[in-house]
Amino acid sequence: MFKKLKITCDEATMICDKNQYGAATLFNKIKLNFHVIICKACALYIRQNRALTKIYKRHSKEYKAVKHFLSLEEKEALKVALEKYKNS
Amino acid sequence: MEEEKGFLNTEKWVDNYADYMYNYAIVRVNDSDLAKDLVQETLFAGLKSAKNFQGKSTERTWLISILKRKIIDYYRKINSKNGQVEVRKAFYDNGERQGDWLEEAVPQNWREQPDKLFENEELKTKLNACITALPKKYRTVFNMKTLEEFETETICEELDITASNLWVIIHRARVQLRKCMGDNWFND
Repeated sequence: MFKKLKITCDEATMICDKNQYGAATLFNKIKLNFHVIICKACALYIRQNRALTKIYKRHSKEYKAVKHFLSLEEKEALKVALEKYKNS
Repeated sequence: MEEEKGFLNTEKWVDNYADYMYNYAIVRVNDSDLAKDLVQETLFAGLKSAKNFQGKSTERTWLISILKRKIIDYYRKINSKNGQVEVRKAFYDNGERQGDWLEEAVPQNWREQPDKLFENEELKTKLNACITALPKKYRTVFNMKTLEEFETETICEELDITASNLWVIIHRARVQLRKCMGDNWFND
């Protein structure tokens, strides 16, 4: 019974990471909870990971708002290249 | 009229779509030079196959579908060339302690609670530096999933990776980011 629940720290943190995106299964979450009873390091990882998720979410808004543009020179160069290609 | 439906205004391509295409590419490859090359290649390919354009979609959608293809091709090529990118290990990968934390990677207590620091400019700078320090592939997948908030299936399709692949990358990226943020911000 317990053998089925036993996972490594690598697996535990993987489940925790998936869970940040709502993608961990119920069984995996049970395994994770079982693991952190005996593992302090992973318990700490979970706490810090949650805090980081909040920071990433915050960062996400700014990140998405950034638009990248080509410069006028780059566009002109692109037009020249296209013209050349058309006539080749 | 029938002919007009399939008409492409190639003269206006650069002005109308280059920025949009460039943005699309840069989000997916995380490299401005490569993104520029991909835009140019896509426009060339568009010219070449302009006669096949049937007017079923808009010009922009049609060009983006070509660009999408180019990006997948790019990833096919690099995925087969070097299957795994080197990342600093956080766990023992074999032996008795396989899957346990490596001593130097074990999470340490942070001196500050990150929740309180949302608005801190310096925190943003550090975070950006930590993300930039990730291997390119990891950075791209992390950014697409976490910052752009794309669906898993979309990322897998566009970068030509499997879902389990994606989660391994996300896991390694986040473990490395946590370490980097701990070393450079929360524990200095």
